[in-house]
Amino acid sequence: MSEFDQRDGLSRRRVLECMTWAGTGILWTVSGGVPHSLGLIDRAVAQETGGFTFLQISDSHVGFDKPANPNALGTLEEAVARINAMPAKPSFMIHTGDISHLSKVAEFDNADRIIGQTRLDVHYVPGEHDFLDEERKLYRERYGRGTKGAGWYSFDASGVHFIGLVNVVDLKAGGLGNLGSDQLEWLEDDLKGRSASTPIVVFAHIPLWTVYPEWGWGTEDGARALEYLKKFGSVTVLNGHIHQVMQKVEGNVTFHTARSTAFPQPAPGSAPSPGPMKVADDKLRTLLGTASIAFQPSKERLAIIDSPLQG
Amino acid sequence: MLRGTIRNLAIAAALGATAAVPLAAVVLAAGEAATPGAITIDNFTFNPQGLTVKAGTTITWTNKDDIPHGIASTNNAFKKSKALDTDDSFSFTFTAPGTYQYFCYLHPHMTGAIVVEAGTGSGGGH
Repeated sequence: MSEFDQRDGLSRRRVLECMTWAGTGILWTVSGGVPHSLGLIDRAVAQETGGFTFLQISDSHVGFDKPANPNALGTLEEAVARINAMPAKPSFMIHTGDISHLSKVAEFDNADRIIGQTRLDVHYVPGEHDFLDEERKLYRERYGRGTKGAGWYSFDASGVHFIGLVNVVDLKAGGLGNLGSDQLEWLEDDLKGRSASTPIVVFAHIPLWTVYPEWGWGTEDGARALEYLKKFGSVTVLNGHIHQVMQKVEGNVTFHTARSTAFPQPAPGSAPSPGPMKVADDKLRTLLGTASIAFQPSKERLAIIDSPLQG
Repeated sequence: MLRGTIRNLAIAAALGATAAVPLAAVVLAAGEAATPGAITIDNFTFNPQGLTVKAGTTITWTNKDDIPHGIASTNNAFKKSKALDTDDSFSFTFTAPGTYQYFCYLHPHMTGAIVVEAGTGSGGGH
């Protein structure tokens, strides 16, 4: 019987991976490091999770106006309208970078104006598109106050320890995302002395695990960061950058990437390059969206719900 | 009849092939002479990825992608470009001989190299 259960679990997981790949909204729960699906989401399920929820928004690319989505500001507005319509108000929001497309003042202004309409506290980490101004100061002045280095920091919320990392500066030729030794030392220190039962949420722009190195989708020294996180029983790593939902579970660590609100990118290796993917107009909003993450300390489980703008 | 047709086709194909080779070579040479230091960025790739020019040649990178790219020298041997949006260009004149490795500072998996040879001239010349 246990053998049957195991087999069933495996095949179910495989099916779920396929669904995630296709961008279907799924409610995941993680218990003891093993993911269980609660089935396809019905938007109402979000309410049932109750407790402590926060939102992830990513890759707004305000200023992007190419054929893949001529109005990236408009789809950000749609995402915000959906957030504002949520029956249960999330505690706060994290933004996993590429707020702007070209680090222009007007782009950051527009992003702030729209995202501000959620009236939620937003914890940002930068994407490579947010550091394109000459002095790399616009991001830091707006979102990086009180942070270390290029903008890393940690905070606690409802018993969960949140860590925002920066892996988009000091990139090396031929390499992937980069944390750097200063940030890794800070991380080691930040985690020192914390109880292994403290749930950890790490968020950064580029995936911390190697998704597809041929397209630069990974972090060169991400494994070192994960080494420091090994002793913790519940670790959730939330990233953006690849503009599609992808999930992986390794031991006690759940990796998850969120959709963009601006434009989709192709699945790894499915196109000549990772450039913006042009899809039929009526399909675009099924590939854009946000994620909602629910944490219930009493049940020791965490649920991630990916919500497309449409469908 | 059938044999003859096949043979004619084969001859036509052979003629086509031999005619195409010099034509392609001519087009390539003309292109080089017109823009000795042109590098386009297409599908997250520098094209050509490796380029040999004479000292004094101005290299111009042009971004043809729908996403910005940025040019940076691997060892800070030349100034980095601003972020290049679609159709934006960046130029730099290489006066000192040597090998210049560079990459895209937004997408560092994109790399290229320019070899600058001693001597003057426009690079693509004789």
